[in-house]
Amino acid sequence: MDLFMNTTSQEAEHLVVLGGDIDAHTGPKVKETLMSLANQPGASRILVDLEAVEYMDSTGIGIFIAAMKACKQNGCAFEVQKLSPRVERLFRITGLYEHIAVRKGESE
Amino acid sequence: MVIRSLEEEYVKLLRDYLNGPGEDQLYVAQQMGKWLLARNISPEELTDMHGRALEKLGDVPEFVRASFSILTEVMIEYGNEHRSVHSWRSRHQQLEAEMAVAQAMQQTLLPGEIPAYPGLEIGLVSIAAKQMSGDYYDFICQDEERFCLSVADITGKGISAAMCMSMLKYAIDSLREMPLGPDEMLHHLNRIVGRNIDPSMFVTMLYGAYDTRLHSFRYAVAGHEPGFLYRASEKKFADLEGQGSALGLCPSSEYEVREVRLEPGDVLILLTDGVTECKKNRYYLQRDELILHMQAEVGVHAQKMANALYNRLLTLSQFELLDDYTMIVLRRT
Repeated sequence: MDLFMNTTSQEAEHLVVLGGDIDAHTGPKVKETLMSLANQPGASRILVDLEAVEYMDSTGIGIFIAAMKACKQNGCAFEVQKLSPRVERLFRITGLYEHIAVRKGESE
Repeated sequence: MVIRSLEEEYVKLLRDYLNGPGEDQLYVAQQMGKWLLARNISPEELTDMHGRALEKLGDVPEFVRASFSILTEVMIEYGNEHRSVHSWRSRHQQLEAEMAVAQAMQQTLLPGEIPAYPGLEIGLVSIAAKQMSGDYYDFICQDEERFCLSVADITGKGISAAMCMSMLKYAIDSLREMPLGPDEMLHHLNRIVGRNIDPSMFVTMLYGAYDTRLHSFRYAVAGHEPGFLYRASEKKFADLEGQGSALGLCPSSEYEVREVRLEPGDVLILLTDGVTECKKNRYYLQRDELILHMQAEVGVHAQKMANALYNRLLTLSQFELLDDYTMIVLRRT
């Protein structure tokens, strides 16, 4: 399946809605978008909506780790929301859950 | 010289065909085409040769002779494309040869044989989904009764994962002489990995120490897919507990040591996510489904169980491994 990605920005806050598959093939595009936002001067918050993500492998987790590190370095908040049970499990097993803010009440 | 004799053959073929068209000449023409391709004879050379052959067979009308100028120009473009494909094919063959060398080198990072210890069977199946594997495992002998083992999954596959694997292997080798517990080993590895890999890469790992005197397994987990513990007395599988952040995720991560003791008949299954990523039609195999398969194969030698489970999962996934697959089975006899 293909990747779906839509970014909307309001001043220094960015919402990235992702859907479809995030894997080795589609990952570079997601990484480019998230890293570009994370390294944007003055960016204050990036929220990634994962509700429509059908599949994510370790490449996807790596992208979130890289984006999280870049945001941390640049003083930008990095959050995710609406994780499917499968993606949530990946976040929990890898320990990413402890390092990335998950918007509460919207993870199922 | 080759061209001249070829040209003579071509003239003869053409003459025979024009004198009485037959399937035999067409077959010879096909074979000649393959021969010409193998010798990199360009389409424009062949066009010229056809023109010269016609001249030898009789009077060629001027408009036919002139038409060859157009055909030759067109064929030059085909020739350029042919040379480009040939160049890419050579490059591809060179890369494949380099990949084969890298693959052989990667194999040297993994243990050549499974160690033997009293009262314990060890089974292993590790299969790469592609040429280079992102799965790593190792058995480190401490003495005749104790050993350490690690099973790890490096993000992605291919060359980057293989390069990271060599770093991991040498880091473990340099730390193995130190009296480190599994948690301390992961702590050190986390710092090494975090400093040396791309920010978007990470490594998940289970590192443990097995003592065959007590049949105790002390281990720590860094973001790794949970293994399974089978209790023969209960005839049940349960998740091997333990959690911690993947290596390379955060430099300050701490890891916790856990311990299980194996009774006779108990089985410990350690794996990478290639095992649980098994795709059944459009759906991924759930852990409780995997347990059903393990229940069906438990009770035999550890290697036999590992082989049987691999065969089952390979069949379920219709012989298409999506990810590198590693399973280690430890069974107390």
